[in-house]
Amino acid sequence: MSAWDALFAFWRLDDPNVLWVTLGMALLGASSGLIGTFAVLEKRALLGDVLAHAALPGVTMAFFLFHTREPLVILLGAAAAGLLAWGLIDLLTRRARLRQDSALAIVLSLFFALGILQLTWLQRQPLANQAGLDKFLFGQAASLTDADLYLLGTVALGLILLTALLFDRLRLILFDRQHALALGVPVRRYELLLAAMLVCAVVIGLQLAGVVLMAALLLTPAATARLLSDRLRPMLFIAMTLGVLAGVTGANVSYLAPRMPTGPWMVVALSLFFIAALLLAPQRGLLPRALRQRSLRRRVEEENILRTLFKLHEETSVDTLWSQDDIRHHRPLGAARLNRILQRLHREGMLDGTPERMRLSAAGLKRATTLTRGHRLWETYLENRLGLSPERAHFAAEAAEHVLDEATCATIERELGRPSTDPHGRPIPERPDAAEAPSR
Amino acid sequence: MSEILWILVIALLAGAANALIGSLLVLQRRVMLGDAISHSVLFGLVLAYLLSGSRDPLMMFGGAALIGLFSAWLTDLLHRLGRVQHDASIGVVFTFLFALGVILIAGHADQVDIDPDCVLHGELALTPFDTLHIGDTDIGPRAFWQLLGVTALLLLMLAVAYRPLHALTFSAVHAASLGISVALWNTVLAVMASLTAVASFDAVGAILVVAMMALPANTALVFARSLQQMLIGAVLASALAVLGGLALAAWLDASIAAAIVVAAGLLLALALALKAFLRRSSAAHRETPRSQSA
Amino acid sequence: MTPAPALSLRDLTVSYQETPVLWDVTLDLPTGCNIAIIGPNGAGKSSLLKAAMGFIPAAVGEARFFGEPLDRVRARVAYVPQRSEVDWDYPISVEETVMLGRYGGLRWWQRPGAADREEVARALEKVGMSDFARRQISQLSGGQQQRVFLARALAQGADLYLLDEPFAGVDMATERAIVALFNAIRARGGTVIAVHHDLSTVADYFDHVALINQRLIAAGPTETVYTLDNLRHTYGGRLGLLTDIGRRVTEAGLNDEALPPPPGNAA
Repeated sequence: MSAWDALFAFWRLDDPNVLWVTLGMALLGASSGLIGTFAVLEKRALLGDVLAHAALPGVTMAFFLFHTREPLVILLGAAAAGLLAWGLIDLLTRRARLRQDSALAIVLSLFFALGILQLTWLQRQPLANQAGLDKFLFGQAASLTDADLYLLGTVALGLILLTALLFDRLRLILFDRQHALALGVPVRRYELLLAAMLVCAVVIGLQLAGVVLMAALLLTPAATARLLSDRLRPMLFIAMTLGVLAGVTGANVSYLAPRMPTGPWMVVALSLFFIAALLLAPQRGLLPRALRQRSLRRRVEEENILRTLFKLHEETSVDTLWSQDDIRHHRPLGAARLNRILQRLHREGMLDGTPERMRLSAAGLKRATTLTRGHRLWETYLENRLGLSPERAHFAAEAAEHVLDEATCATIERELGRPSTDPHGRPIPERPDAAEAPSR
Repeated sequence: MSEILWILVIALLAGAANALIGSLLVLQRRVMLGDAISHSVLFGLVLAYLLSGSRDPLMMFGGAALIGLFSAWLTDLLHRLGRVQHDASIGVVFTFLFALGVILIAGHADQVDIDPDCVLHGELALTPFDTLHIGDTDIGPRAFWQLLGVTALLLLMLAVAYRPLHALTFSAVHAASLGISVALWNTVLAVMASLTAVASFDAVGAILVVAMMALPANTALVFARSLQQMLIGAVLASALAVLGGLALAAWLDASIAAAIVVAAGLLLALALALKAFLRRSSAAHRETPRSQSA
Repeated sequence: MTPAPALSLRDLTVSYQETPVLWDVTLDLPTGCNIAIIGPNGAGKSSLLKAAMGFIPAAVGEARFFGEPLDRVRARVAYVPQRSEVDWDYPISVEETVMLGRYGGLRWWQRPGAADREEVARALEKVGMSDFARRQISQLSGGQQQRVFLARALAQGADLYLLDEPFAGVDMATERAIVALFNAIRARGGTVIAVHHDLSTVADYFDHVALINQRLIAAGPTETVYTLDNLRHTYGGRLGLLTDIGRRVTEAGLNDEALPPPPGNAA
């Protein structure tokens, strides 16, 4: 069977086992992405990691007490241990005043060690069917049974529903805890509820993904969503979607290459989403940030040249043609760089003439007038209101001219009583569309 | 030397090394870095193994330590450049590297005999059998020499650079105002944390590394009045935990590493309880004369 | 020739995660004075000290101490952070804390000697904390904590003291002790630059002020600069527009490398 046939076979979903695993991983991805986002926003990104490790003694204890591997029993044990761990963290930080990260590390390792201790002890006991408990360490998606899936689905849907129901309250608490307290919201109770939901999300994922990777399912989609959005609702939606996508990817990979584990591939998929978002996220991504910086630099360069040409025209007339050397006389720039800037301005239709002898076009003149107006108004404002020397006011205006809009210019103009000249005694142009100024 | 004695010595050394570096990390509130490093190390081990094609101890050690350091560096980079929350960047980095490690093992299962299980909780009981040889002479377990080296390096670091480390852990800002290079010493600490984690880790597993960095240091912090006291107290607490843990493991016939962690946890609980008791009794003591005079 | 100013800032611009904190501050603060840095909350007073010390990067501009870059004269400059920025749970005694101030003068493998211990004892005596030398810092009151930090700065034996809100949350006795200390420093030719909050005590405690609200509003001797008009400028009035444009400039990233170097002559 070729790889393509295998891929089609996977997507036809006629193997019920494949369907179960895929569905299970997708549900798991959705619910942990959702709940993990709350943990990240509570500034407790590693809490999921801790609770996942902490569930282990619950698993082994439940088995020890009830001698069964019934998923519901085992998961209840894990949930109890998770809640206990959450309570212990709370106790250690609030009462014993331990540092937050110390408390996390302590609870994580202590609970996990208890689990290992009992696991290794159990393995030496003559008990039937204890084998397979250690799948909670690394997870085994392939061994998923109908009963497991049923439970997983119920819990995951329950978590999603509960979040939808309590959305407004949770948002309020996350956004402004003090304010929520002042409004009389029982904040502590909601925090406990969030912790319980986190524990549930951890617990249903343990046997699919295992302890360490469960931490990633909770954290990585949330961290990715944080890069992509600043608002809670889109964040939750993104995190859930990424979780589902990663779940399907993981199931797909381990179907194509049966010895590949599902959970780790799911984590790798999530990490790749994270890396992509880190590089490409529209607002926070590294690449868009660099590009924005570049386009801003280009705009500033262009606008500076426009303003220089405006001043040259001002000294003579708008019809004079100027050379690159004339410009460089006022703006010390490398010849190659200036050439590039002028070429861009030509393309944008801001200049008339040739790259050697040029003048502002009508459109260029309009933009240059606006810029000069902003610059000179701001200079005047700074000198007038702050007593900055004209030289210092000029440097400040060099930056400000690129962000001043007409409304602000009008405000400044009103405040200063419509000044006609700037601190250097040069005329402040009118608004360009009202301007009959430098006419051809 | 008998096996049990070797196990004791190795566990004591692992405890001491982790207690020393752990104390500094705890004071800096960076102890979860130990968690990140120790989990990432799996990837380094597998990578070194696959690249060198052998279990050459030096290659394995170097590969693991480098990846450990790499994860610390990546964490810092994500935080600074990508503006990701610090703890979130720790979690994202180490789970990714851990997942890569597990996948590499699964993909080369026929060649790699690294058990991820063992990576998590170690197998202290087996360390005496993995010995080093000079020529034909058996000079003792590899874990022993690794841990001895790292512990010596840590002691050397503390002896030589106690003052900059003291200033740095108290307040990075103040250290910087004195002209102490914060970046340099933070890197030194990350390197030492990585070396300690790797040296302890194939003896005692990732979880014990985190535990032995956090538990004895915090136990010592309950009563310590100076950095010196904290360092000594943490080493003592780790030694007590090792002794208690060995006894517990022998009694239960269970994992020694896990038993040591549990013992260290009990020790911390004891310290916290004692402090609460002392505070209450001294408060009661102060209360009495006042009520008499009233 | 007049001595180089204790602290001079040139075009200092600081932005912190997209929000502008300080914009284009140029300022000379003379030696031998007690100088207050005054301004409303969020005006960038602490950031000014931190950027000068190099703790936070300046987008543009530079700071010089006694006419030199900080690294050349580090031993002459002591910095006292805000009390809330310190880890008071750290296991350390008062004496040891003050000893930390001596570390700057030691190579990193050197141990403090008898001279250092003497210096520490003297510093503790000056702030009236000799009796508390063996106490843990976690057991001190707010005022005592502040005194210990002053002692640490004194133990550094500096000529210039930068203090971030030294009077925040301290009792009256400590406040008086701190002022007496400032005057003693000035009497021996030293300089104090302190971020200050309480407008009512400025004229009593400080002989120079710098008024800051993201920009420098005014700086100079207290009696000439500390006027109602300037205060109105600093704390309100018509600065809305300034702040607004400053924010836009920073948001657009214009404080970074986007701007070409200023041309030699005015355009």
